[in-house]
Amino acid sequence: MKNKIYRTFDEAVADIPNGSVFMSPGFGGVGIPRNILAAVNRQGAKGLTGISNNAGTVDAKVDVGTLIAAGQVKKMCCAFTATPHPSQVTAFVRMYNNGEVDAELIPQGTLAERIRAAGAGIGAFYTPASVGTELAEGKEHREIDGKVYVLEYPLHADYAFIRAWKADTFGNLQFRLTQRNFNPIMAMAARVTIVEVENDIVPMGELDPDQIHVPGVYVDRLVRIPPDGIWD
Amino acid sequence: MAEHRTPTTEKPRLARQAMCDRLAMEFQDGWIVNLGVGMPTLCSNYVDPTKSLIFHSENGAIGYGPLAAPETADRYLVNAGGQQVTAVPGMAIVHHADSFALIRKGMVDVTVMGAYEVAENGDFANWRVPGRKGGGIGGAMDLAACAKRVFVALEHTTREGEPRLLQRCTLPITAPGVVKLVVTDLGLFEVTPQGFKLSEYAPGWTVGEIQALTGAKLVAADGLREFRVRAAR
Repeated sequence: MKNKIYRTFDEAVADIPNGSVFMSPGFGGVGIPRNILAAVNRQGAKGLTGISNNAGTVDAKVDVGTLIAAGQVKKMCCAFTATPHPSQVTAFVRMYNNGEVDAELIPQGTLAERIRAAGAGIGAFYTPASVGTELAEGKEHREIDGKVYVLEYPLHADYAFIRAWKADTFGNLQFRLTQRNFNPIMAMAARVTIVEVENDIVPMGELDPDQIHVPGVYVDRLVRIPPDGIWD
Repeated sequence: MAEHRTPTTEKPRLARQAMCDRLAMEFQDGWIVNLGVGMPTLCSNYVDPTKSLIFHSENGAIGYGPLAAPETADRYLVNAGGQQVTAVPGMAIVHHADSFALIRKGMVDVTVMGAYEVAENGDFANWRVPGRKGGGIGGAMDLAACAKRVFVALEHTTREGEPRLLQRCTLPITAPGVVKLVVTDLGLFEVTPQGFKLSEYAPGWTVGEIQALTGAKLVAADGLREFRVRAAR
């Protein structure tokens, strides 16, 4: 069987071409694949499209905003295209306002379900979120049992960058508490799934099959975060 | 539309915690409660020992507890605002799509959100401010469209003294016709087919004074009374 374990993050992201679509999870500063994002930043791929809940924060930590600030991203699909307060100016906000990066603003639940749909082979789905707002303008509407819904399509990606708590060598993954957030659905939705792991990658059979959050069949590359890696 | 102007002598208004306490007094035993980022999180500081609430956050924590003390905080457990919270017995964790499945199914009994504007038809706007490109929707549209009840907490007027309670929203809305209850720093308002019904007023304020700072016609509730605040514990 193919070896999924890579020695370094740089090796795990070396082949990402310009123009790729990537997914990057994380919510409230938790579950962000900071080591992989740092490696993509060093690797230098450009013209990327990012799918993520937000487009970076004002803190100095590595996140999607690091790639945006470096000019590697042409478009973001996310639930926030402005920061909570106008005084918070991220690289994304500055570049979005200047027209240097494009964005599609998506309600968070619709974003999550579009990602899930991609990983589940769903062609499209109807949701009540955004009905009656400007975000639903131009979209197909349908009334089902007296309730109005809008049609939304899946969001596919070339690469998913994942942060896991535990993994085995096959790529079965576990997450801890709200670290999970977008990680499992993004791991399922991409063509190539790259994972950074917080604990030693254990042999197959050591993780309880009843406690797997992402089956290894969805996982392509694993890197154990080294002691001098990014831990929070 | 009523004429609105800032009064020359400004009286004390309600504190944010008092506003959120008042909304939290409406929560019923066993409710699943989702609190928006910012002011609404103060609702979790109101503890009624006769009621057991299930706090849900968009990132998949179902049944979390109060904010964590720094020395015991677990950085893996955060609420919708990224604040570290405590685990309570019975808590469950799901991924983001399942968290919104719960929301979309209509299982959230109440969501409390902040807003820039609320209209007498139950529309509200909380994701884009004028003059700024882009916005912050987060989970607000999903919650607003699907929760059983939408409560809104906001200041009654803008920094410039303009009303935030209006006949119709001027900003892009988050969801149409969903708001049931509004608390401002001047009182408590039910959204009814007749418009905003003032049910409780801030101490020292008259209906006329509140009306003068409101961009829609207020109806005084039958049981109109002074704003109720949390009893001392």
